[in-house]
Formats: sequence, C-alpha cells, structure tokens
Amino acid sequence: MKNSRSKIGAPASLLPKCPTGIQGLDEITGGGLPRGRPTLVCGGAGCGKTLLATEFLVRGATQFGEAGVLMAFEETEKELNANVASLGFDLAGLVRRKKIVVDYVHVERSEVRESGEYDLEGLFVRLNHAIDSVGAKRVVLDTLEVLFSSLPNEAVLRSELRRLFRWLKDKGVTAVITAERGRESLTRHGLEEYVSDCVILLDHRVNDQVATRHLRVVKYRGALHGTNEFPFLIGAEGISVLPITSLALNHRVSSERIATGIPRLDVMLGGRGFFRGSSILLTGTPGTGKTIISSNFAQAAARRGERVLYFSFEESPHQIIRNMHSIGLRLEPLVKRGLLRFHSARPSLYGLEMHLATMFKEIATFKPHVVIVDPITSLMHSGTDSEGKGMVTRLIDYLKGGLVTSLFTSLTHGGHALQQSEAAMSSLMDSWILLQDFEGNGERNRVLYVLKARGMKHSNQIREFLISDHGIDVVDAYIGASGVLTGSARAAQGALEKAAVLTTQQEAARRKRELERKREAIERQISGLRSDYESETMELRRIDEQLGTSTLMLTTERTASGILRQADPKAPDRRNGAAHPGRRHQ
Amino acid sequence: MKTKTKTGSRRAASRRPTAKLWQLRLYVVDETAKSVAALTNLTRICENHLKGRYRITVIDLLKQPQLAKGDQILAVPTVVRRLPSPVRTIIGNLTDTALVLVGLDLRPSD
Repeated sequence: MKNSRSKIGAPASLLPKCPTGIQGLDEITGGGLPRGRPTLVCGGAGCGKTLLATEFLVRGATQFGEAGVLMAFEETEKELNANVASLGFDLAGLVRRKKIVVDYVHVERSEVRESGEYDLEGLFVRLNHAIDSVGAKRVVLDTLEVLFSSLPNEAVLRSELRRLFRWLKDKGVTAVITAERGRESLTRHGLEEYVSDCVILLDHRVNDQVATRHLRVVKYRGALHGTNEFPFLIGAEGISVLPITSLALNHRVSSERIATGIPRLDVMLGGRGFFRGSSILLTGTPGTGKTIISSNFAQAAARRGERVLYFSFEESPHQIIRNMHSIGLRLEPLVKRGLLRFHSARPSLYGLEMHLATMFKEIATFKPHVVIVDPITSLMHSGTDSEGKGMVTRLIDYLKGGLVTSLFTSLTHGGHALQQSEAAMSSLMDSWILLQDFEGNGERNRVLYVLKARGMKHSNQIREFLISDHGIDVVDAYIGASGVLTGSARAAQGALEKAAVLTTQQEAARRKRELERKREAIERQISGLRSDYESETMELRRIDEQLGTSTLMLTTERTASGILRQADPKAPDRRNGAAHPGRRHQ
Repeated sequence: MKTKTKTGSRRAASRRPTAKLWQLRLYVVDETAKSVAALTNLTRICENHLKGRYRITVIDLLKQPQLAKGDQILAVPTVVRRLPSPVRTIIGNLTDTALVLVGLDLRPSD
C-alpha cells in the first residue's frame, strides 16, 4: 500500500506526521499534519474547510488504513454524504464499513435553557464513544465554533474547549478542527488560542471577478513547512494544492522526435521536429498564425495516429474546423475518427483552479499524446501572474509525467514580442517559437523563428511564412542591409539587387570603355607629341642646314668681295668678319 | 376541548399538557456532584408541581454513550422533557428553580 509514504519525513527524532493524502498538502507540510495533535483549519465561508477535513478522513480510511470520526456541527450526515459524493468520496459506504463515524451534533439555542452549573462532558462522551467504536486515529470537528452560538455560557465553553483539546491530545488522535475566519484574528472565537501545533489558513479571493482558493500553513510547531500561499483547487478527485516550489524535476524523457506538420519548421529544428513529451511555447501578436501552426501540429499528430486534445479558449471547435478548412487543413475527419478532440471554454467561465481541474480530467479520460492549449495567455489572465505560472507549471509537470507533448500558444500585445509573463513562462518551456509580423510597404508579413529549442540544434534564421490555400509555407526571409525583408519587399529587394548587379556590370563596362578611350587619347597625344617632336627635329635640321648654307654663302661672298676690294689676304676672325659685312655694306 | 383553538393564549397552551403524564429524561455522566444535585433538584420541583404525573429516567452516558446522539446531548447534566411535546431542554444542575419552571413550561415566562 502507500504506507511507505507515511514514513516520509518522519524519522524518530522529528515530529511524527500524519499524511493527509491530499495532493500537494503533504509536500508543503513535509509529510502531513502533526500526528496525535490537533490542527486548526480556518477560513471564510465557502473556502473548502469542511471538504479539506473530510478528505483528510476519507483518505485516511481508504489510503492509510486509519479510521476516523467526523463530528459535524453544521451539516447533517445526509448533507455531508451528498456534498462529498461530488468529489468521488463514498462517505456513506465508509460509514457502513465502519471506517468512519459521522456524528451530527446539533444544538438549537432557542430550545435550550440554562439553570445552574454544567459542563460539556456529554460531548466528550459522544466523541469518545465514536472514536472507540471504530478505533479511530483521525478526528474532525467541523465547525466547533457553532457551539459559541448554541451554548449560552461562553466562560464554561472556553474552559471546556481547552479541556477538549487537551483530551484529544491525550487520546492520541490526529484532529482537524475547522473554524470560521475572524475579522482581525485567525478565527472568530479565538480558537487558535487552544490549538497551537498547526494552523492552516484557507482563503477564497476574487481577483478580477474570478475566484481562486489559497492555502497557507500559518504555523507548524516543530517542523519546517512551506510558508507561501498556495493556490488549491477542488476538483473531481478532491482537493489539490499546487505547490509550485516543491515539484520534483525527475520526468522520464524521450529522445523520440515528432514532426510539426510543417516540413520547413522541422528543418529549422534540427531536421526532425520536437522531442516527444516536451513543452513548446508559441508566442505571437494577434493574427500571426498561432492557431494555424497549432492546427498543423494537431493534424500532423493525428495523422500519425496519435490522440490530440485541443483546448481552445477563444474559438469554438466548429469555428476552428471551418477556418482551418480554408487553408487546406481537414480536421473534421480526424475529430470523427476520435483522434482529435476539442475542448472549448471561455476563460472567464470559472477560476484558474477549476480550469486546471477540468483540463486534468479531460487529459485523464482522453489520454492524449499531444495537448494544445490555445492560448494559454487568456487563461493566465484569469488569475494573477504567479498563479498563472503556477498553473502552467503544474500542467506541464502533469503532461511531462505522462510523456505528453504540449503546445501552448501565447498572445502578446502590439509590438512587444516579449512580455514579462512570457519571459517567466518561457523558463518552463523546452522550445519556444516566436511569430512576428513586419509592417512595411503597405503590407504586413509574418515571420517565424526558433527562439530556443532545448537539446537540439536549431536554426538561427528568421523565416517568413506564408499562409495559402494549401497551408503553411515557410520561405527564406530576405535579409538585406536594411534588415529583414518580407513579402513584396522581399520580392522588390530581389529585383533591386538584380538591378544593382546589372548597374554594376554596366558601370564596369562603361569605366572600361572610358579607360580605353583615355588610353587611346593618351596614345594619340603621345603620337601627336612624337610627330611634333619629329617635325621640330626636322625643322631644327632644316635650320642647321640653312645656317650651313648661309655661312658657306657668306664666306664665298666675302672672299669674292675681298678679292674685289683687294683686301688683306690675311682674313680676320670668321665671325667678326661675318658681323660686319652687312653694316659695311650700308 | 380547548386543544383545537388556534388562538389559545400562551397560558392556555402551557396549562394544556398538565393533564398528561410528564416524561423527563435526565442525562448525566457518572455520579458527580453536579449529577446528584441535578437529580435532587429535579425531583423536588416535580414533587412540588407535578406530583403523581411525572416520570424521571436517569441516563448515565458513561454506561450508555450511544444514547447521547438521540437527544443531541453535549452539556451535562441535561433535562429533556420528552412528553408532553414540544421537547424542552434545560442544561445545568437545576439550582435555579424559577428558570427550571420556565424551561419546562410549568409557569408562564412572564
């Protein structure tokens, strides 16, 4: 049996503990309530005190083989049976099998008169009788405070209550006493004064019109305990406290990979898609195609013969089926074959814990391979951030435990790709795919990229994805100097670059031609210069020749005139002679 | 007789049962001082006001704890007037005779 559980956290040196069997509560208290001592459970109306106490008894009887006594001051046996039957507890059956004794104590003050001294020995006798008749180890007194309104003498009552708790301790039973929450104190009549070993406070708060229950261990003498406030829910299997911090991380893992239904996306994820049993987050602004990708994933899984459970918090199943039909996804046959199941509910329908309970129930009955929650954000907004995170943690934990692959879509708002809550949630996710849209050129285009994918090689590229009649097509986004380009801009950029290449080629050709021309011009110039030079050389030669001729002529002339004048035969310097003749002539 | 008159005053209603046999149960736990005092006081009052028309049953819950449930006994000693109806309950050792008379409808409360 589960007796081994009762020994958890209760070595001889420590306070022995009495496991409640209530999901999560034993984790918070490190093993259960203090054994053989009274525990006070207080809270306002309708926060689940009676239920918690009853579950403590029922689980004690069914799981731990400890009989119990329920002394009810508010509800009759019949009412109690009916109330807990909705949680699957067969209280009446346990009573028949002598596992539990229910004693309804009712005192109408108007029928009672007081004369002289009295004590509550009658109550002790009744309780003692009930305990002994089944050998009870657990006792619940619900709600003892009713006595304050039904018995006139408070002084007597108080001293008797003190005696009662002492007596319960001596009797060695583990008792749970419920009490109404007071305005300034824990309980309306100060019962905490008598019960000092363990006090648990329940609370039912309304946040944004949605009520959530919380549990807090205010006091636990002699033991470590979680001091936080934990949300708890009352579901089909009783109370379930959600101790986020105490979740153990020891899931089995699978290295099997499952395709996303979008081949190109599989390629981006190391070629083979997601790991089975991993948690996937799909974030995007409105209209980026989250539901479409989810549906693709659902279709791919269902076609492999896996069961897919689709929680939709925004659209009705028919609407999704119709919408997906328009892009070529045929979900209806899969629904008919029982491979795909939709569960739609408005997030505001009930509180977070109730949603979680419903989801757990659906998952437990349908036993899906893949669970899709679309979108998780609208659900998270029905509680506070931390509650939402706690819920997602719990859900992921539950799903991972069963190797169920989970896909959560998350709606982000205008422009901000990342929001605080997403950042917090992302740490719980194994893979994170981001959808975004780019505006420009008078159009809006969708892109997709893998932000993280634990344990697999994945693409760092931003890809554009197109939604057509045939589904999703992921294409390379154009990455130019001015960033990522998509859609017509991608096409335009392509053309632009082509043109640019052409221009460059033309430019090169032009330059080449120009250079050629320049070279030709220079060559022409060179040849011109050369011909100039040549003509000048020629000129020079001519001049030289001329000069020679004229000198010769001059000499000849002078000689001739000297002969004529009969000048000295001895001629002076040739040059002087040459300089004078003209003047002399004149 | 007068039993059918709906408009019967409180006095009339309180007088009516006197004709029948009074059945009284005294619940006690063990023979404590309180238990003994309660029985003594009850017997005295009955002798004075209901001579020959009453029967007192003493129930010791220590011996018969299962009987506590039937009359919803918490406090002891408790006197329960089983007959005539309606059921009346008085807790305490019955030292205050006037209160007992009012509680048992033996005397009008005013």
